[in-house]
Amino acid sequence: MTSNYASERETTEGRVFTVTGGDWDDVVSGVDPINEGRIVVNMGPQHPSTHGVLRLVLELEGETVREARSVIGYLHTGIEKNLEYRNWVQGSTFVTRMDYLAPIFNETAYSLAVEKLLGITDEVTERANTIRVLMMELNRISSHLVWVATTGMELGAISIMLYGFREREYILEIFELITGLRMNHAYVRPGGVAQDVPDEAIVKIREFLKMMPKRLKEYEDLLSGQPIWLERTQNVAVLDVTGCVALGVTGPVLRSAGLAWDLRKTMPYCGYEDYEFDVPTHPDGDVWGRYLVRMAEMRESLKLVEQALDRLKPGPVMVADKKIAWPAQLAIGVDGMGNSLEHVAKIMGQSMESLIHHFKLVTEGFRVPPGQVYVGIESPRGELGVHAVSDGGTRPYRVHYREPSFVNLQALPAMAEGGLIADVIAGGASLDPVMGGCDR
Amino acid sequence: MTDSKPSTGGVPVPVTPAGATSGAPAEFPPAAPAGRGMFGNQGTGDVSGFGGLVRPQHTVEDSPRPYGGYFDEVRDALEEAYPAFGEAVEHVVVDRGELTLHIRPERIAEVCQVMRDDPALRFELCSSVSGVDYLGADVRRLHVVYQLTSMTYRRRVRLEAAVSVEEPHLPSVTAVYPTADWQERETYDMFGVVFDGHPALTRILMPDDWEGHPQRKDYPLGGVPVEYKGAEIPPPDKRRSYQ
Repeated sequence: MTSNYASERETTEGRVFTVTGGDWDDVVSGVDPINEGRIVVNMGPQHPSTHGVLRLVLELEGETVREARSVIGYLHTGIEKNLEYRNWVQGSTFVTRMDYLAPIFNETAYSLAVEKLLGITDEVTERANTIRVLMMELNRISSHLVWVATTGMELGAISIMLYGFREREYILEIFELITGLRMNHAYVRPGGVAQDVPDEAIVKIREFLKMMPKRLKEYEDLLSGQPIWLERTQNVAVLDVTGCVALGVTGPVLRSAGLAWDLRKTMPYCGYEDYEFDVPTHPDGDVWGRYLVRMAEMRESLKLVEQALDRLKPGPVMVADKKIAWPAQLAIGVDGMGNSLEHVAKIMGQSMESLIHHFKLVTEGFRVPPGQVYVGIESPRGELGVHAVSDGGTRPYRVHYREPSFVNLQALPAMAEGGLIADVIAGGASLDPVMGGCDR
Repeated sequence: MTDSKPSTGGVPVPVTPAGATSGAPAEFPPAAPAGRGMFGNQGTGDVSGFGGLVRPQHTVEDSPRPYGGYFDEVRDALEEAYPAFGEAVEHVVVDRGELTLHIRPERIAEVCQVMRDDPALRFELCSSVSGVDYLGADVRRLHVVYQLTSMTYRRRVRLEAAVSVEEPHLPSVTAVYPTADWQERETYDMFGVVFDGHPALTRILMPDDWEGHPQRKDYPLGGVPVEYKGAEIPPPDKRRSYQ
């Protein structure tokens, strides 16, 4: 039964068909689906519900998944290797591109690691830390919004996708006001943040805080009582605490299994110990629980954003050390952010010393004493860890990202095998993998 | 200069400006090993004297006791629970508020087992496994670094095992920490460290037929030179830069 579309060959495990598209009836006509029905389906890497370029190889018996294997690496861009050829400040612009739904977290983790290497963790100003918390929590909401939007769409709820992206757009506008960019901000830098928060952004965030609780209620009205959503999420892709910890799964997935492990509480950083918020958990460890936990986390993040706004006291947003703080003399010009004309006039016209320093700082950057550190922060997907090594030079010797998307994806076979193929989608989506982060 | 070129029909073609290809700093790739000289250039007339600078190599030294914090407790608990401690642990380093135990590579799985199961240690979560290539600083240049987290005690510990490129073998810890599966595959992929006993040690980020291990320090970054205003700018790893 060989056709143009499906070649067949004998293997030790029986006859294997390779389907390349075309006439499905033609392919299955010679196969008895009851008795010899193990089909290998290659899902992805280009599939609407694989969150980017994730490929799943599924072995099916009827609609039951017998074996699931994830294949990753399609979005590998060698960011970690590239970092080794730029100076420490330039690292921010690379790491922000890893997990593109949570760029602020990538930057903050990197900055915390570099600061720990430099030994200036305590010198980071209070305002810088508060802005970091503010930005991270806004980013957490925007990331969870994309999660609820895409997962809703994948499970058949289209409207929630439109609403989720609408509200996320609002947060991206806030980011644009503050950092100048919707994504890839390179805003959090070693030593603080790149610029101060403008007043109009504060106004916009206040509006967002007023609007968002109502919108969250609307999402829940759309989803929480809907029979299809309940059917497709409750008792689906269950993973208990033991399974999570063994497989290294952290974040909302671990908390939805019942363990209140949140690095913001258990190993605080950026002053999280001074904020009031709860760590939502759920006992069941299914997709439904992960949905509830993420919805509750958005509410907690709103609380955190509000507290951060109240704490914003005037002050510097960068450490005092001018070497680390470079580029510090910035201003908005006609072509965007750049060195302020005042600074250029000074180094070019008045002070030779300033020119020398400027040249050294631009071409050389700062040196970081040799050693290694590991910093973990709570990203929307779990523990985002940075292992940074310095050899005493001006460039990172090695930076490794412990990406929660990468680690969490290992749990997919444990969730999918033995279940239905439709639940692979629900289980995979509930892990919230972002392939840009996973493959780096 | 113009007569040797074929006619272009009167269309001006870019000509390399005089001086752009001679003496531009960008033309001297870092041939010197890291840590020597200031700019990584070699073979050019060095009149500054900076080319002779040698940065001291970072060596691993045991930290004096007491370490402070929970580090003493962790060390003592491991020493008590693991009889072969003296033989398996090469160095104990406390730096920047972090504890690093340098473990003999063949012992790493045993140590992880004790670290996970001993009631006084309880490092239930293996946060991260990755590699670092200390080319030129260590004969056993490939270091595998394990970040362990104790959720019970809220502690972190780093284990480090060093292997050589000629004999890059150490036991896999997947039996103790199943989460190490993909991370060991990544370390194999990027550094060529072979984890014996791993269920399926294949490449994970690079294509299956890739040659070489990209994160090693002697693996080039790659890239092509680009032309900018007539001058040729080499790719980032070929540029002259501060060491």
